[in-house]
Amino acid sequence: MTSSTYAVARSAKIRWHPALVRGAPVIVIVAALIVVWYVAAVLMNMGVVRDAFEREDTPYTTAQLIEGTLTAERPLLPAPHQIIATFADDVFGWPVTSPRSLVYHSWVTLSATFLGFLLGASFGIILAVLIVHARTLEKSLLPWIICSQMVPILAVAPIVIVVLGSIGLRGLLPKAIISAYLCFFPVTIGVVKGLTSPDPIQRDLMHTWSATPAQIFWKLRWPSSVPFLFASLKVSITISLIGAIVAELPTGAQAGIGARLLAGSYYGQTVQIWAALLAASILAMGLIGLVALVERWVGRIMGTRA
Amino acid sequence: MLAPDNARLAASTAAPPAALAVRARGISLTFPTGDGAVDALANVDLDIAAGDFVSFIGPSGCGKTTLLRVIADLERPTAGTIAVNGVSPEQARLQRHYGYIFQAAALYPWRTIERNVTLPLEIMGFGAAERRERVERYLRLVNLSGFERKFPWQLSGGMQQRASIARALSFDPALLLMDEPFGALDEIVRDHLNEQLLRLWDQTGKTVVFVTHSIPEAVFLSTKIVVMSPRPGRIIDIIPSYFPRDRTLEIRETPEFLNIAQRVRSGLRSGHSYDE
Amino acid sequence: MTSAWRRIAFLAAAAGMLAALVAPLSSEPAAGLLARPLPLAAIVLTALLYAAAGFVTRRLSTALALGGVVLGCIGTLALLRDTAIAGYAAWGFWLAVLADWGAAWLAVAGLAAVRPHDKTVARITDLAIPLLFGAFIFYLWEVAVRGFGVPQVLLPPPSLIAVRFFGSLWMLWQDFFQTFILGVLTGYAIGCGSGFLVAVLAHRYTFLGRGLLPLGNFVSALPIVGIAPIMVMWFGFDWPSKAAVVVVITFFPMLVNTLAGLNAAGHIERDLMRSYAAGHRQTLQKLYLPAAMPFIFTALKINSTLAFIGAIVAEFFGTPTRGIGFRISIEAGRMALDVVWAEIALAAIAGMAFYGIVALAERATTFWHPSYRT
Repeated sequence: MTSSTYAVARSAKIRWHPALVRGAPVIVIVAALIVVWYVAAVLMNMGVVRDAFEREDTPYTTAQLIEGTLTAERPLLPAPHQIIATFADDVFGWPVTSPRSLVYHSWVTLSATFLGFLLGASFGIILAVLIVHARTLEKSLLPWIICSQMVPILAVAPIVIVVLGSIGLRGLLPKAIISAYLCFFPVTIGVVKGLTSPDPIQRDLMHTWSATPAQIFWKLRWPSSVPFLFASLKVSITISLIGAIVAELPTGAQAGIGARLLAGSYYGQTVQIWAALLAASILAMGLIGLVALVERWVGRIMGTRA
Repeated sequence: MLAPDNARLAASTAAPPAALAVRARGISLTFPTGDGAVDALANVDLDIAAGDFVSFIGPSGCGKTTLLRVIADLERPTAGTIAVNGVSPEQARLQRHYGYIFQAAALYPWRTIERNVTLPLEIMGFGAAERRERVERYLRLVNLSGFERKFPWQLSGGMQQRASIARALSFDPALLLMDEPFGALDEIVRDHLNEQLLRLWDQTGKTVVFVTHSIPEAVFLSTKIVVMSPRPGRIIDIIPSYFPRDRTLEIRETPEFLNIAQRVRSGLRSGHSYDE
Repeated sequence: MTSAWRRIAFLAAAAGMLAALVAPLSSEPAAGLLARPLPLAAIVLTALLYAAAGFVTRRLSTALALGGVVLGCIGTLALLRDTAIAGYAAWGFWLAVLADWGAAWLAVAGLAAVRPHDKTVARITDLAIPLLFGAFIFYLWEVAVRGFGVPQVLLPPPSLIAVRFFGSLWMLWQDFFQTFILGVLTGYAIGCGSGFLVAVLAHRYTFLGRGLLPLGNFVSALPIVGIAPIMVMWFGFDWPSKAAVVVVITFFPMLVNTLAGLNAAGHIERDLMRSYAAGHRQTLQKLYLPAAMPFIFTALKINSTLAFIGAIVAEFFGTPTRGIGFRISIEAGRMALDVVWAEIALAAIAGMAFYGIVALAERATTFWHPSYRT
């Protein structure tokens, strides 16, 4: 690794467009991964396809074999085009309210995600404010909150669902509660960091103006914590999505992306599983994008540098 | 890794003939930045004799640090030739002819002072016994004996900088390149370290190239003061100075000192260093 | 809290305690406190301690309050042994519990306000406060569940869970071995190890690094646990599929953080290495890796929790008849919630121990980082 100025002097020879410099490596690596995927699909599905041919006693050529690996019905590793095809089918091929549509399942999971995120983020923020202002809470509660994240909380998911189910709460709310439990922690930690981030000199200045704790909070601490808040909200919303998906697993839910994964796994529908995963990934990206959009809007109001 | 050549090391610390430690001709360096090209250095000619103490002085952006980095092969000039100890800067770097001291002490916080000083020795392949001996010798030279087992954060800023000087000296380079080493320290510590640096130079006879933006510091320490100015970075004046080698801080009030300082200042003014 | 308010608070706690002497303890006909000598003594003594705590110095009042809380908890728990009270507790009982709660809060607040000069005493206090707080929460859980008569299939009290825990140690050990030793540890080692190696490569070859970093960030945000059914399909029902899920989950955070750490060395330090004409391997060993340690340990800590979650969730998708996730989903379906809670307790202990070990290793190797020195 040479010093940065050295590198600048050297690359002065060719003028690369900055976006190309940043984008080219990613594109190359993604392309390479896709190639590797296709090769892996051929190799992994080879055995299954060959067995199928031999069972039917049909003669086959290598070309037919390869073609078979890329179009198998229950492949070990579906080829990318298969996944995209099934994904498109499940999204556009069915009416949006049908239980065979990925859009329907996505919506079920998303609603639990949003509710859980709302509950978790609000709780996280309130907890953070309390922790920053009450030293007792900081010393007694914060260690437990940190410990709570070391416990694989998804282990509690079945209990929450069963217990809430027995008092009549089913469907959306238990999933939202599990998501909320999972996603409040990053928000709490991030907001605590943000609320305590102002320089001591800033706090001293407030002190010289005899500001009340509430004034210090609204005029100094809260605005300083905004960048930390948004960073943790991005993490939190993806965790909420994971929580919603996993909450659908242990009780064999009928709707939602987790349910789709479960169904695909029970009935051996490999491509369906991959399509559901693709849907989940798109959802995750969309959620982060949403938070980033809100962050940019808030940033414009607060005069943050772009 | 090359084992140290004892003969070569002995030769570098012995009093050399009037050889040129640095010979630069027509050095230019242009940085392509987002706002257009910046001429950090334009056509710089400079000779530094072995055993000299040379200061580069000028405002920010005059190229003094850049010139030092060119000598150290940390930057490549876009034009011109330069020889360090008779070879190219890259050769000089590969042959470990110089020790570099930065504005910050840049000690590694996970190593004790002792292990920080032996860092270059480990890289250059010195044996364990030799490393121990050198650490002890050079820490004593900078008055840090007894602090071997301490960590950098346990030392004050001035002591950290002294440790980095010991580190730069530990492998006996012929040349010491120092980039505003005392800039971050308060004035009293700075005066103290100036005196210590002078003693060190006197005792070891090394060539020192010293970048500063403090006029009293430059005049006090140097045998030659190179006044530079920005936009583009160039040399305005080269002022020789003949104070006795055992001088103390008191000479800063003498008329001779003030004359040289005045000459430096007028050089800076003529280079528009005091303009907006 | 000013001493006037403290005094009032402590006196209120004492009054609440004494209320148990006269108010009904149970909605069923049951003997009042005056007929039970030992609980009576405990309650009265507690009330006295609370009252006294309102009138002495801060330090002493915290100590007295703590003593009173312990005594009060013992007293109320003893009362619950009476089946006439358990499940039917009335407001006399609850006033005593509330009084304990208030005094416990005051005691913890008193401890938190103490700022001892001695480092070891400060450390002990910092440890004691959450422990006392946690112990009190367990007490509240026990008292609430048994006092209100919450059905055990819904929420068992801690005492029952403890009994079930110690009664099923062999089963718990098998589940732990399956999930943690076989699934989590193997996956963690492989995932973190490969993430580290790829990061070192990506650091050496900038093109690779610039391509992998955005990809790594992207994948880290995805619901990776979803690949569990696919892993089961590839590696079978037993622990290799769980380990595979853990590998994928831990790989990306390790890659991203290690790469960030390797790039974290300051450019002055890098110039220094260049001035020594140090080769890439030397610079890696002496500068980049030590500087990256804080980042690497951040990833190791995150991964310790993610790995455990991944293994347990993967077990929801199919496993031989062992494993923490398996046991939880099966027993939850059977409404045997005490077994489920015992497994959760096991997972909690294992999770905290794992994290704690990594944190200790972190402290040993990154003691020099500023975040430890404030």
